[in-house]
Amino acid sequence: MSKLEIKAPMPGTFYRKPSPDSAPFKADGDDVAAGDVVGLIEVMKSFHEVKAEAAGKAIRFLLDDSDAIMAGQTIAEIDG
Amino acid sequence: MAVKVINPGLLTSVQDLGRPGYFHLGIPTSGAMDSYALRAANLLVGNEEGAAGLEAVFVGPKLEFTQDSVVAVTGAEMPVRIDGQEHPGWSAIPIKAGQTLSFDYLKSGARIYIAIAGGIDVPVALGSRSTYPIGALGGFKGRAIAAGDELPVGKAGRAVNGASVPESLRRKSPMPVELRIVPGLYDHRVTKASLDRFFEEEWKVAPEADRMGYRFKGGTPLEFVEREQPFGAGSDPSNIVDSCYPYGSVQVPGGTEPIILHRDAVSGGGYFMIGTVISADMDLIGQLQPNTPSRFRRVTMEEAMQARHEEAARLDKLRAHLG
Repeated sequence: MSKLEIKAPMPGTFYRKPSPDSAPFKADGDDVAAGDVVGLIEVMKSFHEVKAEAAGKAIRFLLDDSDAIMAGQTIAEIDG
Repeated sequence: MAVKVINPGLLTSVQDLGRPGYFHLGIPTSGAMDSYALRAANLLVGNEEGAAGLEAVFVGPKLEFTQDSVVAVTGAEMPVRIDGQEHPGWSAIPIKAGQTLSFDYLKSGARIYIAIAGGIDVPVALGSRSTYPIGALGGFKGRAIAAGDELPVGKAGRAVNGASVPESLRRKSPMPVELRIVPGLYDHRVTKASLDRFFEEEWKVAPEADRMGYRFKGGTPLEFVEREQPFGAGSDPSNIVDSCYPYGSVQVPGGTEPIILHRDAVSGGGYFMIGTVISADMDLIGQLQPNTPSRFRRVTMEEAMQARHEEAARLDKLRAHLG
């Protein structure tokens, strides 16, 4: 079993939920399919979906909702 | 020849040095936010300094070349790849027909400039090839580039394989970033204590910052000098009777989040301006990522002119090196 990282394609503000009152896209420990949305990054007045490139198990987020994020920073890890 | 857009990145547009002369009609200058980086990229591939190139913010595009050419990538630090192999930035790189130019994650800075020998040959609109997307003016069909576009490229000039910009002539972003501001024309609207604090506190680039304006947050809200709002001004103390907005002017709507107007900004409105960023620091703003810690430093007009001379001298050195 290998560890896969889901990285931020761009800098901005990271959100785990589609809207403030919604449930998070993924809860810690959830399994992930390739193409699943795991969060949003807000930058330049628009929101961009962050998708998992590969399937994996037991997602673990390394940062919280509304955290500042840099391009290339690891958002979450999954077991591949 | 043409360059095919496989993936446009986040927001990539054709830009040259801009469209001066129409700001009084509400049409912004547009053009490269980091004009020095665009000039350097053009000189590297043997173009005129003001040829049109691509400005890509945060995420690089993926481009396929249909003919042999020479490219250069300057500005932000973002690893350059041709058919997967890494190449240096700030250097002329030969690329062959059928090869693909792509990029890794952004490492520092915010915007890369891609110059292609011959320049992007889109039609000239009001004297410029720069894209102003909100006005659907200039660039490639008046918009950011999209997957499937074929960007026309002009005839290449002299070949310059192997040219490179020395480290000393590449912009470094000092951290925390310091932007120099000449106070005015409406700084009298805030109290002296509030104005002093504005220049002492640390601010951070807000995620909303874009080509129109760079917004900052994190400082203490401003305190305004009390007055009865004049006829024609809005009711908020940050409102004034409408005025012209200079390029680089710093408005603070509601007294909370300063916004530095940049290349695609509106030319006038009813917010007071606390000052204007000096011309020598405008390019640097184009390289600021969201959340970058920043300070504003108060300078005099004499200091601003001195900084402008230093910038001009650096550009002359670049021209001498690549000319």
